[in-house]
Amino acid sequence: MRKHSKNKKKYLSAIYILWMLVFTIIPLGLVVYFSLTTIDGKFTFENLKNIGEYTPVFLSSIKLSAISTALCLLLGYPFAYIISKVKASKQVIFMIFIMLPMWINFLLRTYAWMTLLENNGIINRLLSFIGIGPVHMINTQGAVVLGMVYNFLPYMIIPIFNVMTKIDKSYIEAAQDLGANNRRVMTRIIFPLSMPGVVSGITMVFVPAVSTFIISTMLGGGSNMMIGDLIELQFLGGSYDPNLGSALSLVLMVLILISMGIMNEFDSGEEDVLAV
Amino acid sequence: MKKFFSKVYVAFIFLFLYAPIAVLLVFSFNNSKSRAVWHGFTLKWYGELFRDEAIINAFITTLLVATLAAIIATLLGTLAAIGFKNMRKGPRKFYMQVNNIPMLNPEIVTGVSLMLLFVYCGRVLGGMELSFTTLLLAHVTFNVPYVILNVMPKLQQMDGHLYEAALDLGCKPVQAFFKVVLHEIMPGIVSGFIMAFTLSFDDFVISYFTSGAKSQTLSIIIYAMTRKRISPKINALSSIMFITVFVLLLIVNLRQNKEKNASKSKRKGMLRS
Amino acid sequence: MQDTNVVTLENVCVDFGEEKVLDHISLSIKNKEFVTLLGPSGCGKTTTLRIIAGFLEPNSGNIYFEGKNMVGVPPYKRAVNTIFQRYALFPHLNVYENVAFGLRVKKCKEKEIDEKVRKMLKTVNLNGFENRDVSHLSGGQQQRVAIARALINEPKVLLLDEPLSALDLKLRKDMQVELKNIQRETGITFIFVTHDQEEALSMSDTVVVMDNGVIQQIGTPEDIYNEPINAFVADFIGESNIIDGRMLEDYKVLLDGVVFDCVDKGFEKNEAVDVVIRPEDVDVVEPEKGMLKATVTAVTFKGVHFEIIADVQGFKWMIQSTDISYVGDNIGLYIEPDAFHIMKKSKYSGMFGDYSTFSDEMEEIAGISFSEQEDNTDAQA
Repeated sequence: MRKHSKNKKKYLSAIYILWMLVFTIIPLGLVVYFSLTTIDGKFTFENLKNIGEYTPVFLSSIKLSAISTALCLLLGYPFAYIISKVKASKQVIFMIFIMLPMWINFLLRTYAWMTLLENNGIINRLLSFIGIGPVHMINTQGAVVLGMVYNFLPYMIIPIFNVMTKIDKSYIEAAQDLGANNRRVMTRIIFPLSMPGVVSGITMVFVPAVSTFIISTMLGGGSNMMIGDLIELQFLGGSYDPNLGSALSLVLMVLILISMGIMNEFDSGEEDVLAV
Repeated sequence: MKKFFSKVYVAFIFLFLYAPIAVLLVFSFNNSKSRAVWHGFTLKWYGELFRDEAIINAFITTLLVATLAAIIATLLGTLAAIGFKNMRKGPRKFYMQVNNIPMLNPEIVTGVSLMLLFVYCGRVLGGMELSFTTLLLAHVTFNVPYVILNVMPKLQQMDGHLYEAALDLGCKPVQAFFKVVLHEIMPGIVSGFIMAFTLSFDDFVISYFTSGAKSQTLSIIIYAMTRKRISPKINALSSIMFITVFVLLLIVNLRQNKEKNASKSKRKGMLRS
Repeated sequence: MQDTNVVTLENVCVDFGEEKVLDHISLSIKNKEFVTLLGPSGCGKTTTLRIIAGFLEPNSGNIYFEGKNMVGVPPYKRAVNTIFQRYALFPHLNVYENVAFGLRVKKCKEKEIDEKVRKMLKTVNLNGFENRDVSHLSGGQQQRVAIARALINEPKVLLLDEPLSALDLKLRKDMQVELKNIQRETGITFIFVTHDQEEALSMSDTVVVMDNGVIQQIGTPEDIYNEPINAFVADFIGESNIIDGRMLEDYKVLLDGVVFDCVDKGFEKNEAVDVVIRPEDVDVVEPEKGMLKATVTAVTFKGVHFEIIADVQGFKWMIQSTDISYVGDNIGLYIEPDAFHIMKKSKYSGMFGDYSTFSDEMEEIAGISFSEQEDNTDAQA
């Protein structure tokens, strides 16, 4: 049997496949390995069991990122809707300015809020002019949520906007033709059709939010620790314990896989609706 | 009325997004360490910034790693994309999914897993410690998926017969690639490169876990500075980085717009004839 | 190997996994011939073309160009050029550079290139289009660029993969004439792939009818039309009534209980056969004067003639007649002896030639589902 000559080109990817093996697959394997061993390399479930102690951190991480995701959706959805109605040439400009902050180092973005929220920061200065304050804002859970919303809002807006601009105008016209008023058009047509965007927006905000560190360190002080901070502590921080850190990473990964799985479930369901 | 609300709402969102950055910019010119009270205009923080050796070194490291990582990732990713394209559906799907892992995984997990690899290899094999090399390897790893993300659609859009036509007209496969295929996928390669460069330049989390003490990037220096109760130098640095990114993004978007317009006029041409 | 055969395929087989795409294809193509590979989609005609061009290597079998075995020779070393279905013009090059491409690869002198390109553009009526962007050209113009780009390399053989399928009907007819002229003038062998039987019949010296990766029949257009070898060919080329019959003896065929005179011989006594009668060969007469009695079930006006579907003992015939009949009419059918074409039974017997569910759309749908069924049975076998 002779081989078809076309297939030779697939070997161009050989180097990268090797690369993925060494730098993607093996490292993830190491995370699993470390989380199941002691510091001397003996097999153990101890690390995974110990994670139980950190349940409050996990719960507060999930809570804070869920709140942030919800706020992003609340703020971002109307914005995406408004922009999707604007002339196409203007849309480009609006979207550039939505994306621009994304490309600024998130440390700097977060740092900017530090200076604003400080006890003697600008907001408190302004408040004191009208006789209020000083309000304690920095190092609270609210500040952490604010920082996450600020950092991740564009990730919510962009996918929703993309889906909305692709909604065929004739659906809306058809609905109006069939007697739907504006509210019905919104709830029966636009919202269901924009669901795929909402779903990927939620994923794109929740995943980085739940795994963030630094934002919570910078805006939440030491007291509002999140999973990311906890992991960082095990590797580069004071409580050096890569085995526990790996176990924490593993649980975080599973947590994210589950939440993505749930979101995908929503997504495919909606696509079926679209297909009909 | 509705329109008015829309406008106010859009303005509010943009205020929310840009006010902090504006404050940062303004106070980089403030003639005082205060981050809340205006004490007059100065450029001294910019001067100090450029005299700060740690920052200059970090900047060079960042630029170097971003450039090298983007170049390597672009080469590797373009080759890989062509390879994947020529695979049967099953293996292609599998490899594309593995390729997506670094994009889907939380950055911190990617960073930690690579750190484990480098440290563990260092212990087992010896000689390897966190350094510029490990930083570069890590950056290439998270860059390639984005290059493939940009190149793959161009390969898929390309008429497969173009390559065959080139062979048919006497080109050897390599010639056919450079004379025809490369032209077709160039836009994808360029935007893949720019994306890889920007991501590398901007990265903090993965660099933080893989760079080691001697090869710190700007992000890492910034992080260190924010923890140490800050000098306005950092504002100056932010301003410069903001402007740079702004200009880069503007160039990319103008390019994309030009491309879009070009294809639009192409379509018009087809209609006319 | 005769040296007049410019391309020869010998027992060529191609499998994609389990699927047999080409099954022992053998074919000789003479110099300066216009050969058409004709068949429904998925029949293997394009695969055959790609084997000749060298884009695909056969799993077994040989390909000879003027007696030289070409197996393993890459496309860029073969003296053939291809016109692709969607032309595959290089979008980053203008018309001139597209046409000059092959010469530049060969590193010809600039002066020679310029002369040849201008002459070629003249041949295909694209004077003054040198600097045009190829994507701004109409379909017909792109087609001409593709022809020029291929012909400038002076290939021995030009391969054309359904080159007219993207054009509208009018342009298509014009290009058919033009292609035929170019072929005559240049004396280049054309191997032309199409699924359009009319195109095949009107342009070719030789038609190769394929189905399911197998060559069904090779012959001149007249042969293929008048002497189809089996029910598939009879049905694919033009309209046919295909009726079960029996050869009683030479020149005598029995069908629908009536013995007819015919001009065929050489069958076994009482051999079961397929009998092809073209719709235009059936005359409508008074019922009592007819050899067969029929009832009209549908009439469609087609311009030059009426298309009548008539029931003959439960079997629906198609008849083309210039005289009108009405649904429900009882008519007689008269058929001349030379209108019968007798074929041996084949695996296609009984699948075609009954117009009981006929309509133009139905035929297309039936054609598609038929080929799918065939694929499945093929895969199982």
